[in-house]
Amino acid sequence: MDLTLKIWRQKDAKSKGKFVTYHVKDISPTCSFLEMLDILNEQLIQKNEEPVTFDHDCREGICGMCSLYINGRPHGPDDAITTCQLHMRKFKDGDTIVIEPWRARPFPVIKDLMVDRSAFDKIIQEGGYISVNTGAFTEANSILISKEDADLSMDAAACIGCGACVAACKNASAMLFVGAKISHLAMLPQGAPEAKRRVLKMVAKMDELGFGNCTNTYACEAECPKLIKRSNIARLNRQFLTAKVS
Amino acid sequence: MSFLGLFLMVFLVIHLGINLCLLRNDGGRWFTDAATFMQTNYVIKVFEVVLFAGFILHILIGIILQIHNWMSRPVRYKISNQTTTPFLSKYMIYTGGIVLIFLILHMMNFYFIKLGWVDNPISARDNGEPDFYQIARLLFAQPAYSIAYIVLITVLGFHLYHAFQSAFQTLGLDHKKYTPFIQGFGKVYSILIPLGFICIPVYFLFFFI
Repeated sequence: MDLTLKIWRQKDAKSKGKFVTYHVKDISPTCSFLEMLDILNEQLIQKNEEPVTFDHDCREGICGMCSLYINGRPHGPDDAITTCQLHMRKFKDGDTIVIEPWRARPFPVIKDLMVDRSAFDKIIQEGGYISVNTGAFTEANSILISKEDADLSMDAAACIGCGACVAACKNASAMLFVGAKISHLAMLPQGAPEAKRRVLKMVAKMDELGFGNCTNTYACEAECPKLIKRSNIARLNRQFLTAKVS
Repeated sequence: MSFLGLFLMVFLVIHLGINLCLLRNDGGRWFTDAATFMQTNYVIKVFEVVLFAGFILHILIGIILQIHNWMSRPVRYKISNQTTTPFLSKYMIYTGGIVLIFLILHMMNFYFIKLGWVDNPISARDNGEPDFYQIARLLFAQPAYSIAYIVLITVLGFHLYHAFQSAFQTLGLDHKKYTPFIQGFGKVYSILIPLGFICIPVYFLFFFI
């Protein structure tokens, strides 16, 4: 496959970026999207040009590091996958592919396609955990949890914090991410004692960092590589309102 | 925002109920009686203040949130978002803006006359109160006004189509059994209410003798 790539290039956070056009030839349809970028970078290095900077780590769809906005969709033209799981067979020979970084005020560009997603870490630091006393392990069956609650909690815990929800949302809202982090703890008895404080502090931090508000367009749910559901946002809203009035 | 929206949706049902009295070919007796009741009942008068506060707050909060949302993405994407999402959900601020224009025009045609802020286009009733039945008949007899009314009410329907289920989601009222019903009810509501309002200009244009 021969492709034309329009890639956002930005020297650093303070520089003004622009789109640069590259051409790559003989790309195999079995090649992953990130491997295609590796091939481009090899070509650039051989020509003594600066390679394109992009985030990646496990390349197995579980770490949440890859973060490319490809032809108008976070993680590209496929559903329920991360960018590293996107393959070139999803494109046609001769296609032009526009690759942009996540765009959101709390996700500033560090360089090229790499953005700073530490805003998510700051939200987690406000309460996305449970406080546990150290000591001997308790017997697992001493706290009974219904299968339904355990499943809902595990579904929410599948969130890898990649930020596709923010990138897809027209308001750059982080409600699906925060909803998932709230839900996976609040559904379990161990998370209940801190539930009220957790939701209030995490929402306050989310607002402080400049994420937008949820207007229920559900683009986040449509683009989430881990299929986190909108019901987690409703649970977040419910917990927040309850915590506010109680 | 969502709570106020639901409150305003209840008001729309009451408003439609009164407006449908216009369809009764009795010289406006039912409509005038209903309008008089709404203007004179003390409980309604209190709710009128709450209603206006609700409208103003809903509009102000909507504008403030939208500005905040625009600021959350200072650098826009080159390729606009291609994600498949409910079409009308993306344009709430615009449909809301059009509804606001409609609301202002509607107030000038009716409520502001009652307050004496706008001149009464026709003679008042014997008791000095404006004759809203005659005013409505006069306005809806004009094709341009009726068409504009139908178009604007349709836009209100677009606004309601997303608003109903969205309000429940924002209030955290999500349930695997009841949410599908709420979504379905919202769709029916957002179609029936505008249709009910649209019946009135259609009646005055084509069927009123």
